[in-house]
Amino acid sequence: MSSASPAATGPLGAVRRIFGGGTGPVFVVLLTLLVVMLLLNPSFFQPASLMAFLRNAAPLIILAAGQYFVIVSGEFDLSVGSLVGAQVVIAAKLIDGDESRTWPVIMLMLGFGLLVGLVNGLVTTLLKVPSFITTLGMMLVLAGAIRLWTGGAPTGALSESFRQWGRMGIEVPVLRQIPYAALIMIVIAVLTVLLMRGPYGRTLVATGDNDVAASFAGAQVWQVRTLAFVLSGLLATVAGILIGGFAGVTAQVGDGMEFTAITAVVLGGVVLGGGRGWIVGAMAGALTYRLLERLLVQLDMPSTLNPTIQGVIIILALAYGSRRLWGRRRRRAAQPITTKPQPSGAE
Amino acid sequence: MSDGVVAAGGQPARTNRVERRSPLTSIPLIYIALLGTLIVGAALMAVNGENLFSGGNIVDILTRSSLLGFIAIGQTMVILCRSLDLSVGYVAALSSLVAATTMDGDPSRIPLGVAAGLGVAALVGLFNGVVTAKLKVHAFITTLGAGLIIKGYLDTVYPGPAGEVPGAFQAFGYTRIGLVPLSAAIMLIIAVFGVIMLQRTRTGHRMFAVGGNDEVARLSGIRTDRTIILAHVFSSVMAGVAGLLLAARFGTGVGAQIYDAGYDLDSIAAVVLGGTLLLGGRGGVAGTIAGVLILGVLDTMFNQLQIDPFFRDVLRGIIIIAAVAVYARRQIDPTKSRARFGEKSASRKGSTGTSPPEPTGDSRARRAGSREEQSE
Repeated sequence: MSSASPAATGPLGAVRRIFGGGTGPVFVVLLTLLVVMLLLNPSFFQPASLMAFLRNAAPLIILAAGQYFVIVSGEFDLSVGSLVGAQVVIAAKLIDGDESRTWPVIMLMLGFGLLVGLVNGLVTTLLKVPSFITTLGMMLVLAGAIRLWTGGAPTGALSESFRQWGRMGIEVPVLRQIPYAALIMIVIAVLTVLLMRGPYGRTLVATGDNDVAASFAGAQVWQVRTLAFVLSGLLATVAGILIGGFAGVTAQVGDGMEFTAITAVVLGGVVLGGGRGWIVGAMAGALTYRLLERLLVQLDMPSTLNPTIQGVIIILALAYGSRRLWGRRRRRAAQPITTKPQPSGAE
Repeated sequence: MSDGVVAAGGQPARTNRVERRSPLTSIPLIYIALLGTLIVGAALMAVNGENLFSGGNIVDILTRSSLLGFIAIGQTMVILCRSLDLSVGYVAALSSLVAATTMDGDPSRIPLGVAAGLGVAALVGLFNGVVTAKLKVHAFITTLGAGLIIKGYLDTVYPGPAGEVPGAFQAFGYTRIGLVPLSAAIMLIIAVFGVIMLQRTRTGHRMFAVGGNDEVARLSGIRTDRTIILAHVFSSVMAGVAGLLLAARFGTGVGAQIYDAGYDLDSIAAVVLGGTLLLGGRGGVAGTIAGVLILGVLDTMFNQLQIDPFFRDVLRGIIIIAAVAVYARRQIDPTKSRARFGEKSASRKGSTGTSPPEPTGDSRARRAGSREEQSE
């Protein structure tokens, strides 16, 4: 990471980087969980169950990628959870079991996601409402509007060609079946990594780090941030399509997912407040979160205790990630800035 | 801070202080908004042949407001310190259950139950504060994590309502003095203490300083960690009070019903609606109370006009965004916020920074700091 100290270039640099701040810890946690899983239940690593796990984890990973754009630009998007719920309900109501309507409705949903992101972005950047409030309001509006439209209980049905994205996959020899969800996730991962390496990504990270400096450097801060919200809305729509196919139609399907996605992103070493973090870290954070949940099922804990263990692990992981700041009274902030404003997402 | 700096900075700081009073607290605007809401609300109600200011409606508004009010007062302190508390709903649930099971229907155990409920809440606040301030975990994650921990505990240990609140304590939930419910009166008294604390005491000034710029506050001799921890403890204790009130109203301790009610986000909305900057350093309890009252008036109005509860959510969301948008432009004025730290602060960032802050620094932060030094 760009924030790594000069010592990280030594022979032990790689090790230090992994155990240091930033993205490293999430991969350590992920590996640890995988090893624990291997010891507890080797059959988890059989292709079929591994693929099922990936299919289950893909929506959150996509959601986390979308949330990453917003968080790294220094904002929040609390509306993604209710947007996922809204999209699923819209799909069911408009498709209503009719195969021929699948694609037009998917296009419409993408348009709706784009619109929601655009409104979030413009209200935040042009009207200068804090994004926490903008997206909180959007969450209320979406949740209310969807329930109002359907009269409380979602109606209609999804078509088979809609559900296949969340349920089916491509048959291949060794792995049996690669779920479409996993493929979509990989495509999105590649595209977003490329995006973050390009000019837009660098500008986005610079904006999150210091928006005044970025605007002095010629960036159109409001456009950059608005596009981040639009990307979040679009990716939430994709996640909604996958979840709808996988889990079926309820308006509650997205409840609380905004907090899960933010937690996953932060677990991946992305700093709330913007300017630091790698998009692959954010996605790995989401994978780690789902693996942790899976592991808790494996351990046969009373399911009511799951939140407690999640809470403890999240706090510990974050405390470990920021341990370089412990006790040190942030003198660094006053020192000459050694880290260049190099977008860390470009690594 | 050396004497020379104080002497050099004394003059400009004094004039600054007088000018800066009003931008720090944008209270008048929010009260105009409250007045506007009341007028529009009363007009809408009158068209439908009802009276917003009838006794029943006022009691309804105040009853709703008292609960959110307790939580929002605490939330204000935390947000002023540039932190956040998402655990308030869970803390309220925890406190209601602990208090109700401790009392267990025995009037002589009321003080014990209250102490237990508030004590547990204070411990959660201490945890939130220490993890946020000392371990440098972002408050969003700390309090979300603390909330999850409490949720898991409550779901495991108390699957349903538990404990019994004796009749004497249920009075806290139902007694009225004239038109004012006892709980609302207590909430308003605490609010007045909150206003006095923020404007008149050293602790309050430290909170403004830490929220405005904690590095400047620290260089001014403020123990920023302690201030943040104190704010978190205060916020959790206030959530605990809300939990006690809920226990008194339900007559028993409940879990999921409380933490699923969305008090965390509602209270943040009320605080921001009340003119407190989400980024800390500006605002106050008086504005928050107005924000809470606006939400209460809206709810009562929607109820009386029998608006679809789902449509109510939509309206609420739009109103919150619109209201914040209206004064966000006036509040976040970049030229104003830069002036608080003086032009030199920009150039200082790039240089050594081991020297004490320039005398052009934030007057409030510095004053709070230098006062502290004189007293210690």
